[in-house]
This record gives sequence, C-alpha cells and structure tokens, in this order.
Amino acid sequence: MTRGGMATGRSGVDADMDAPGRSLVLGIGNILWADEGFGVRAVEELHRRVVVPSGVTLMDGGTQGLYLVHHVSEADNLLVFDAIDYGLAPGTLTVVRGEEVPRFRGCRALSLHQTGFQDVLSAADLLGRVPRRLTLIGVQAGDLDTWGGSLTAAVRGCLDEALILARQELAAWGQPVTERERPLPAAAAGLLAPGLDVVSYEAVRPEPLAPVAAAEG
Amino acid sequence: MTTMQTPNGFALDTGGRRVVVDPVTRIEGHLRLEVNVDDDNVIRNAVSTGTMWRGLELILRGRDPRDAWAFTQRICGVCTGTHALTSVRAVEDALGIAIPANANIIRNIMQLAQYVQDHLVHFYHLHALDWVDVVSALKADPKATSALAQSISPWPLSSPGYFRDLQGRLRRFVESGQLGPFRNAYWGHVAYRLPPEANLMAVAHYLEALDFQKEIVKIHTIFGGKNPHPNWLVGGVPCPINLDGTGAVGAVNMERLNMVASIIDQSITFIDQVYIPDLLAIAGFYKDWLYGGGLASRSLLAYGDMPARANDYSADSLMLPRGAIIDGDLSTVHEVDLKDPDQIQEFVAHSWYAYDDESQGLHPFDGVTEPHFALGPNTKGDPSTRIRELDEAAKYSWLKAPRWRGHAMEVGPLARFVIGYAQGKPAFKEPVEAALRHLDVPVTALFSALGRTAARGLECQWAAHRLKESYDALIANLKAGDLSTANTDLWDPTSWPKTARGAGFTEAPRGALGHWVEIERGRIRNYQCVVPTTWNGSPRDPAGNIGAYEAALLDTPLADPEKPLEVLRTIHSFDPCLACSTHVMSEDGQEKATVVVR
Repeated sequence: MTRGGMATGRSGVDADMDAPGRSLVLGIGNILWADEGFGVRAVEELHRRVVVPSGVTLMDGGTQGLYLVHHVSEADNLLVFDAIDYGLAPGTLTVVRGEEVPRFRGCRALSLHQTGFQDVLSAADLLGRVPRRLTLIGVQAGDLDTWGGSLTAAVRGCLDEALILARQELAAWGQPVTERERPLPAAAAGLLAPGLDVVSYEAVRPEPLAPVAAAEG
Repeated sequence: MTTMQTPNGFALDTGGRRVVVDPVTRIEGHLRLEVNVDDDNVIRNAVSTGTMWRGLELILRGRDPRDAWAFTQRICGVCTGTHALTSVRAVEDALGIAIPANANIIRNIMQLAQYVQDHLVHFYHLHALDWVDVVSALKADPKATSALAQSISPWPLSSPGYFRDLQGRLRRFVESGQLGPFRNAYWGHVAYRLPPEANLMAVAHYLEALDFQKEIVKIHTIFGGKNPHPNWLVGGVPCPINLDGTGAVGAVNMERLNMVASIIDQSITFIDQVYIPDLLAIAGFYKDWLYGGGLASRSLLAYGDMPARANDYSADSLMLPRGAIIDGDLSTVHEVDLKDPDQIQEFVAHSWYAYDDESQGLHPFDGVTEPHFALGPNTKGDPSTRIRELDEAAKYSWLKAPRWRGHAMEVGPLARFVIGYAQGKPAFKEPVEAALRHLDVPVTALFSALGRTAARGLECQWAAHRLKESYDALIANLKAGDLSTANTDLWDPTSWPKTARGAGFTEAPRGALGHWVEIERGRIRNYQCVVPTTWNGSPRDPAGNIGAYEAALLDTPLADPEKPLEVLRTIHSFDPCLACSTHVMSEDGQEKATVVVR
C-alpha cells in the first residue's frame, strides 16, 4: 500500500534541472529498536540488490543527528528512508517530496541529542546549502519498543516496494541503478559492521534469556 | 517534614513549588527534571530521571565478542566511537590480546579527534545558546562586532562586512519563521548577559564551527574506512598501511596521512583562534554566575585514557588522568580499579530495576538488569499516561545509581581537569591557571556550570595539540619500518579459554565509560556498561546520596520558573547523552518545550 505524493512540493522529476549532481540515499534510525531500523535496513537491502552509478552514495546514517549535516548539505539530491509515526496502518509507505519533508517527522528524535531530521535540514539551510531535491520514503512503524527486536512483518513486507520507489526516484534524477545478478550475501555486503547485517542480527534473538548454548569454540 | 540533609552533604527542601521539565509522553529515552523552588524561586530539591540503558546484555548475550563493538556503537548517536573503543578493549582484556604500537596510536588519534569534534559541537551547537541570545544578535552593530572580534583574536573572518552579511542571513532565517535549531529557546530571557555584538560574533562562530566539524571526522573516515560508523577491530585497527600506495581506497597511504596532518593543523588554529577566545569572552560576562557546581567541589572520578604506551593501561601511561577525589580533598587522588568488586557498584533502590537485595550494590561483573517499573505512593498524575510528579522517595529513574566506594561521583572534562590539577600535572594545571588569571576569578570558580564548560574548552585545545603529537609519533613509527596495525594471533575463538572476563575503559568526551564482558565458549555470556550519563544523571542511592545533576541544580535561583534557562544551562554543561527534555515533538512535527510549574 502506498500513499505516494501525499504532499508534493518541488517535484522530484523536474526536467529542467542541471546535471544530476551528487545524490545521497540516507537510511536513518536505530536498528536496535525494531521498526525504527527501517531506514538503515532499506539502505542495506538496496545496497545488496543494486549497484549505484557514480555520484550516488548509499549511507547508513544511524542516529547521528547533527553529525549528518555535512553529508546532507553536500548532496544535490537527498533520498531519505525513515520510519514514521503518523497513525497509519503499520507498513504503510508514504512518499513526501520537497518542502514538505522538513515538516515531516520521524517517529523518534534522530539522535539522543534530540536532533530531529528537520533540525539537520535547518542546519544545512543555515549553512546555505540544502539539497535541490529532497524525497522521504517513510514507512509507518508498528513496533518501536522492542529493544533488540528487528523489523516486524508488516514493515519488512513493504521493503520491496520501498526499494522500487527508490529506484524510480533515482531514475527520475537521471541516476538509474543497475541490478546485481544476485543480491550480495548479507554478511559480506559490507555496508554494516560485522554482526549487524540483517541476517547475523536476527540469528541471535535477545529473548528468552536462556543460558548460552554450547557454541563453536 | 520537608527538609533533610543528604549523606553527601546537601540540604534538601521538598516543600515549595515543583517545576517539571518534561518530555511529556515517554519517559524512556529522555531526561526529565523536577525541582522544588522556594518563595524566592531558588532550587531546594532536584530530581533527575531518565534512561538510555535497557540492558545491553539483552542484545549481546550469545553473540560473538568480536562483534560487540558494532552493537555498542549503535546505542548512542553521539558516543559511537568511544563505545566501540571501550568494547574492543574489554574483549582484548578478557582474552589477553596485545595490540601493536601503531594500533594504539591510531586509536588515540581516533579518540582525540572525537574529543575535538564532540567538544566543539557541544560548545557551539548544544550549549552556547544557553549563554548566547541569537535574537539579540540581530540588534548588533557589525562594525562594533568586528572591533570586538579583532580585539580578542587574529581569526581572519572578522570584517564589518562579514558580520553584516551574516546578520542579514540570520535575519532572513529568523523572519522566515523557520528558527530551526534556534527555535524553542528563551530569547530575551533576563539571564542572558551578552551585548548584541558578542551574541552576533558567537552566532557567526556557531555557523563556522558547524561547517568546520566535518573536516575533523575525515580523520575517522581515513582510519575507520567510513563515516558515520567507522570500523574498529579486536586486536588492533582495521586499516592496513602502505606508505607507497596511491588513491583514496585501499590501505592508508602517505597522501591520506598528509590530509590527517592538515586537518589537525586546521583544528588547532580553529580552537586557538575561535573556540578559546569565544569561551573566555563569553565567560567574562558570566563570571559571577557560578551556580551548577554540585559534586564538582567534592567527589570526582576519571578512569583516564589515551595510553602513551600500547597495552599499558596504568595511570602512569595514560595521557588523560585517572583517579578519584572524595569529599573535596584535593590532596589525595585515590587509585581506581575497574575490577575491584568494592569500588564500582550500581544500586537500584531508586531505579526501575529489581535486585534480590536492593540495599546492596552490584559490581558490573555481577551486574543484573531486571526491569521493574513501579511508582511510589506520592506520585501525582496518571501513571499510565501522564505522570505529573514523581515520588523520589521510591523508584524514579531508568538509570541505575553507580557509586565509587559508596560515593556519588561527577565524571567528565571538569573531573579530569580537577584530578589532573590535583596531581600537579602541568598539562592540566597550567591552562586552568591561565584561564583563571585571564578571568580574574579564584580556583573555586571552577566548581560551577561555567567551570565545566571552560574545562571542556581547555580539554578540546589539549586534545588538538595531543593529536599533533600522536600523528608525529605514528609517522616516526611508520618511517622506522613498523607497519603493523593488527594482532590476529588470537582471532580464532578456538584459541580462547573456555571462559574469560575483562573490563575496558575510556574517557568518553562526557566522562568515564566502562564495559565489562564475560565470555563463555566463544560467545558473550554477560555484558554490562556503565556510561558517563549514568554517573552524572544518577538517581539517589539507598543511603540517600543524590547524583551529580541533582546536586548541581541545588541553590540556583531561577529568574522565571516558567522559563528555567538556568536549569538547562547547568544540565547542558554536563553534555548529557540523554536527550535533554526541553525539545519535545508535538504532533505536527514542531518541537516544543514543556515546563510545568505547580
């Protein structure tokens, strides 16, 4: 289910833009908090499936808050994946573009310093450099409270569609991606540190707290 | 009975009006402060409540200890590198892994770079606006601002035209109604003391610092392979070095090392010519506002950091001081041992966790994290939707109460500087004395929010200069032919003992950070972290000792309890890694502060 174009400011498909410029595909959120990991997991999955053209950067932004400001201000085009809390059915995808993005909020302040993403955009604006084109692909989170949890089925179920939307957006920006012949294995994809890739992460469940089973070694 | 004396020497009065600074909906993940003010609006009781920790062991148990750093890096958006470093040290300590000299130097460079960036960003972007009135800057005379700037620093961006342009930009920004990072402050509050010109200069440097900080993190990108979230490695650092290589990928080469050298030089210049002059200029207007000391004049703790010699974590080897000061006795700096079960203990009598015996503390090796949310009988409001007032006589925080030999302690830059000062170390004593002389204030002025903020600035300068030395040491080592950056002898878990445990420590920019790990058959059995904000934001312990935030807020007069700028100033001076609760999201995505006075 997609609620695309819920609000369109500057369109992402203006034909009269200059060369594509630098694009940043940024996943934000905390992978340790269940559906809040959507943004990072979406970028991880995109990286496993496609090769991006030069000029496009895929970034796991985590909860870096204000420390993302220079990455944002150096981008001509910014595509953000984030979990949102907008009272929709869990797993509902929403695409927001242009000037509507700063008004849209993620479900949890981006960093523990409470720098919401709109503050990162404002800070970029203060520096006099905001991306020309801005798109947020948000998903309504279901579970934001399970510490150590992973994406819920509803949110995981819309990853494919979110990635299709991202491919379309990059293509509209003149930077179409190339599909890999087969997806990179999660543990070898390299976007996330060892143990944090989605497969390794989910292989050890945080509960129940049973005694450690005899492991290798 | 509303008055009492705490064992650690503070008088509390729980009468009067209660002022609550609160994120409203979720307690977890936030810091909430409740203070009682008397008829003169002076704070007579303070209650700090918060959480960040949901028990890391819940996530790490059963995982590969070599991956633990990556998980700990995700807990906090601001201490990422420091958590990672602490984690690899804990695992190396458990398994007896020695790291090469280059790895030690590179880790020090990573950590020092973190200090420079973190302190700079804290001062300008997370704290300055407690002292600087942005809206007042619109009234400044650019010419007078230029004269002010040129009187305190040779920094070249100081012409009248520069400040005029900047003021215009600021005016357009404010008039657009889009205050962004500047919204939600108490502009025009009587507690702001800077003249418009000093405000304009500070705002200019706010923007310059925001722009400059990106250079510093390039050091993390070079040695950590990427940023955000640079890579770390148990046994060393993950970057191979090949001095003769070329290009921006592959092993670190001379081209990229030269870039590191250049960033270090720029950092030193920025701190010497912008940060420190600004700090002293701003402090000069507030030198009689010396509230916010709390535990700073009494009990301070530092683990120390940045070993001069690889694998030597003794106090003697550490560039940042290590030790504990108790009850204000600067003549004795006590030894600190993270593994001594009698030293560091965590209590939960006033925390939302359960122990079998809550009159006792537990050393982190024996740490238990069993959530137990329960409110005291004097809680006001609806516990399930909106707590109006917590009952601090019962459990009231998601933070445990860490204690050192039973004492509540302050950690952070001021603790490090006071300990270094007490040890007579010139690297800490001399800059402190110079700053005190410059401001013409006595040494007791250090024990304040301002002193904490000043110590952080001096430490940023210290770190930038140590970066240069560490870089030179690295180059000397490399040129002597030692290119080793990792020891993989014990990488394979089959080479490990069946059980092992270890402790790792760093000084995070905001204070002492410890990780304790227990490994069993190649997997993590238990993992405990005690973080700086748990020390500083600690609730009361079973004996009734109050924590550092709580102590620091006492006796502070509020000009207007509806706008508790003074509370923010003091709490922000600690650089809390919990969200400070004045920024709260409303449903339309705007942030708003909630302050309730009852």
